[in-house]
Amino acid sequence: MLYREAGQFKTTYGDDQAIFPIRQDRWGIAIVLAIAFVVLPAVATPYFVTSIMIPFLIYALAAIGLNLLTGYCGQVSLGTGGFMAVGAYAAYNFAVRVPELNLIVVFLLAGGMAALVGVVFGVPSLRIKGFYLAVATLAAQFFLDWAFSRIKWFTNYTPSGSVAAPPLDLFGIAINTPDRRYYLILTIVVVMALAAKNLVRGRVGRSWMAIRDMDIAAEIIGIRPWRAKLSAFAVSSFYIGIAGALWAFLHLGAWEPLAFDINRSFTLLFMVIIGGLGSIVGCFFGAAFILMVPLALNQIPLALGMPLSTAMISHLEFMIFGALIVFFLIVEPHGLARLWGLGKEKLRLWPFPH
Amino acid sequence: MGFFFEVLFGGFLAGVLYALVALGFVLIFKASGVFNFAQGAMVLFAALSLVRLMEWMPIPLALLASVAIMIVFALAVERLVLRPLVNQEGIILFMATIGVSYFLDGFAQTVWGSEIYKLDIGLPNEPVMILESVFDGGVLVNTFDLAAAAIAGVLVLVLAIFFQKTRIGRALRAVADDHQAAQSVGIPLRDIWVIVWSTSGIVALVAGIVWGSALGVQFSIALVALKALPVLILGGFTSVPGAIIGGLIIGAGEKLAEVFIGPCFGGGIETWFGYVLALLFLLVRPQGLFGERIIERV
Amino acid sequence: MKKHWRIAALGAFGAAAFALTGAADALAQGEQFLPRLVYRTGAYAPNGVPFANGYSDYLNMLNERDGGINGVRLVQEECETGYDTARGVECYDRLKAKGATGAGLVDPLSTGITFALTEKAPGDKIPLITMGYGRSESQDGSVFAWNFPLLGTYWAAADIIMRHIADKEGGYAKLKGKKITLVFHDSPYGKEPIPLLEELAKRHGFTYAGLPVTHPGVEQKATWLQIRQNRPDYVLLWGWGVMNSTAIKEAAAVNYPRNKMIGVWWSGAEPDVLPGGDGAKGYLAAALHAIGDQFPVHRDVYKLVYDKAKGAGKKEEVGQVLYNRGLVNGFLATEAIRTAMARYGNKPLTGEQVRWGLEHLDITAARIKEAGFEGLVYPLKISCQDHMGSARARIQQWDGAKWSFVSDWIEADRKLIDPMVTAAAKKYAEEKKITPRDCSKEM
Repeated sequence: MLYREAGQFKTTYGDDQAIFPIRQDRWGIAIVLAIAFVVLPAVATPYFVTSIMIPFLIYALAAIGLNLLTGYCGQVSLGTGGFMAVGAYAAYNFAVRVPELNLIVVFLLAGGMAALVGVVFGVPSLRIKGFYLAVATLAAQFFLDWAFSRIKWFTNYTPSGSVAAPPLDLFGIAINTPDRRYYLILTIVVVMALAAKNLVRGRVGRSWMAIRDMDIAAEIIGIRPWRAKLSAFAVSSFYIGIAGALWAFLHLGAWEPLAFDINRSFTLLFMVIIGGLGSIVGCFFGAAFILMVPLALNQIPLALGMPLSTAMISHLEFMIFGALIVFFLIVEPHGLARLWGLGKEKLRLWPFPH
Repeated sequence: MGFFFEVLFGGFLAGVLYALVALGFVLIFKASGVFNFAQGAMVLFAALSLVRLMEWMPIPLALLASVAIMIVFALAVERLVLRPLVNQEGIILFMATIGVSYFLDGFAQTVWGSEIYKLDIGLPNEPVMILESVFDGGVLVNTFDLAAAAIAGVLVLVLAIFFQKTRIGRALRAVADDHQAAQSVGIPLRDIWVIVWSTSGIVALVAGIVWGSALGVQFSIALVALKALPVLILGGFTSVPGAIIGGLIIGAGEKLAEVFIGPCFGGGIETWFGYVLALLFLLVRPQGLFGERIIERV
Repeated sequence: MKKHWRIAALGAFGAAAFALTGAADALAQGEQFLPRLVYRTGAYAPNGVPFANGYSDYLNMLNERDGGINGVRLVQEECETGYDTARGVECYDRLKAKGATGAGLVDPLSTGITFALTEKAPGDKIPLITMGYGRSESQDGSVFAWNFPLLGTYWAAADIIMRHIADKEGGYAKLKGKKITLVFHDSPYGKEPIPLLEELAKRHGFTYAGLPVTHPGVEQKATWLQIRQNRPDYVLLWGWGVMNSTAIKEAAAVNYPRNKMIGVWWSGAEPDVLPGGDGAKGYLAAALHAIGDQFPVHRDVYKLVYDKAKGAGKKEEVGQVLYNRGLVNGFLATEAIRTAMARYGNKPLTGEQVRWGLEHLDITAARIKEAGFEGLVYPLKISCQDHMGSARARIQQWDGAKWSFVSDWIEADRKLIDPMVTAAAKKYAEEKKITPRDCSKEM
């Protein structure tokens, strides 16, 4: 009843192509943002903010980056962790070597470096695709991991190879409390998510989708595959690089290459697939699912007062998590975003579905 | 010169082990088009089953029981995962096997424990010198590696006979060539899937025996699956000989690079060398060494 | 209609997940809460499990025998990190505020997690005990007020092992021209000893070379082929988990003498040598403490924990190397709380109070004997400046069935380590803009 388009007439093409064409969606976004910005910091415990919201938002941002590449342009990548590492180490080097730089500039430069590296490792995509490309991007993952642990310049000659973020401040405000970190991350993620949403409805996004759906047809209608693919790699890596910098600076604080290992790449790919390929909102669902389900599973036995051993809980968590992935794929192979879309369709017609 | 051959042999023998894991991938990909990420978890599960069963019963019985467990596992996968997901895209099936892999990792460790278990099925393990007349100082090889290579050779031979000479093998090849044509001449696809997953499970068991004897049976052997991926792209996803030859090339290339080039870069390059080697090769020949030319050129 | 239930199920599931992640349960007042970061699963589980069991059993034994510490019961909650830094940080954040007074102290149990928590602990005012691991420069308490690398850092370990080699060779002068190779886990843990070994190589004229092994360490063929070619006089092993057993097996495969291989104290436990079978015979490793279950403390553990079927692990594993390490770690942690109680009273303590206890920790030989640890561990005394206390270890050798000591306690050369620690700590302080405390003014 509430969610109905009736009466919303679009009088210009601009209206029809808006990021959120339906008024209720715009309100919905406004409400979600209000909760995220105002309500949540006021009521949530510090644990919830630092250990759930912050990683959730950063994962969602990285998932958006990967989704632009995999979901929109159809290029499967398993090098995400490596590109996150590029962002993290680039940010570290800019921040330590040029301390005058504003933090936002540091993050942008980190994203830029990741984009450059992404383009280099995107070159094989001009020649191969599918699983072959996925495995080829693993080369990026392993090579970058190795480079950051072996080339001492990147870690500023720290003996152990583990680096720590310098004290952060933004326009004179020290970013040192969970709430401040949360606000900074939230702002960046919201801006970048909207930018991504905007990007995929425009010319660039459409050229990516054309390549994904059928590259030969896309070429015939005048889209240059190399340009579309490499731009997808660049933009995707930019997002992932910024996510990496945020992960390192604002979540971990100190890190080593192992923080961006192959598991990170897989985790992000899971998020994108579970959330829904080719959906920005799906990235948030996917990140929430992959991040929170294990945490929740971990706490179920405790909450129920079941005395299980730590190892048992951990193994059960693996089993249930694996089973849930299979279950969700069987129920809805197109991800949580598709379920969300179906829910909206239903709501539109409710209560008169026929 | 002797040292060069030592490294080369060492690389080949490491490659045999990669090939064993890659073989499992290839079998499943060939017959069902599924990129089975759970292969590593299957190696772990099979090896853990064997080593824990060996505490209860003699080795041959434990081996048979482990094979039975892998067949039950194949049946379960077919019934619970593949059948509901039939006709989905490759990436969805891939994702589902990741789910299976998580489940299996947890399940294997819940049932069998997460400690390190020593697996000793009587493989020899002595360093020996060979070719002492040819090279000064001879070439050191390990009898264990030779035994592993022999096991891999026997396995490939058995598989080749199975595929070429038996009825089921022919049906499998027919399915690999064309699913629909195979179905239309009356080959039951579901049975084929069970058979191929069981075969892959047995290959995983063999890989688990070899890796487990080398490293001790424990969680880390699930991670060796990652070493098999460059072998796959090099050899082609659908070629059994490709998996073997690819394994040898990757194994030897990686060890030679690590020993002779690695020190210039501070070492540790073998983690990515195999991938880069495969990648460079792919740029020249996108279908891999023996892959079928079905992947589209871009 | 068909899709309704799916959406409903999803919604319900999401709500449940959300509610659970925020759930926190209240603990009774008057109990000291200790979070326990452990890894009982994953690639490093074979080594993580006995350590966790030893620690847990010690706390349970204290609860059974003395009702905790001075009547304050100890409550522990384990959190599985899987040796993953991000997971470890999450565990820390989840558990740091639990209990009546929050977490008294945290043992991160991974060098990577230690590095991440070093940034967080001062803000949360929770001390970190990194017994025999962690970052070496955190020995400097004036900069790292919240880190306590008790009993020895990796720099101390490297120095102790080199000293043992020098003793065997007949003095440091004999090291000239020798070749020493370090086979290390390619992570902050494995890289820690490198600066010290480079420094020693410069001083004593031996050649140092490092060979990294990538996580988890099952691929070492190339490493050992290089060793076979270069034939170093000694190989130092800085491995963990499966990397250790693999290294020993590969050493046997290339015929490198095992009695020229010396592992750090994390490379010298039963899971490391048992898979190697006879090939592990003769292998050496540093030892922070004694092995075996013949000590008085074990009697109490058997009587009060295992006989009541409350043991965390198998009875046969009591007394193993890593089990005893967990026991010792539990002992030091609880002694710190005991020390702090002497000042703040017998009640649950905050992290800040426990930190005071750690900084004034003085475990004398008499106290060790009283607690049933005589012969198991060396006395130590912590001060504001020195957060390591004692830096002594013995060298043990595996004879195919058990470990036995082949050296007496060897002390690391503090004159060598301390200036390096001060320099590294100073660099860290500058980077993080920390003003070091003036320890001469502290009580």
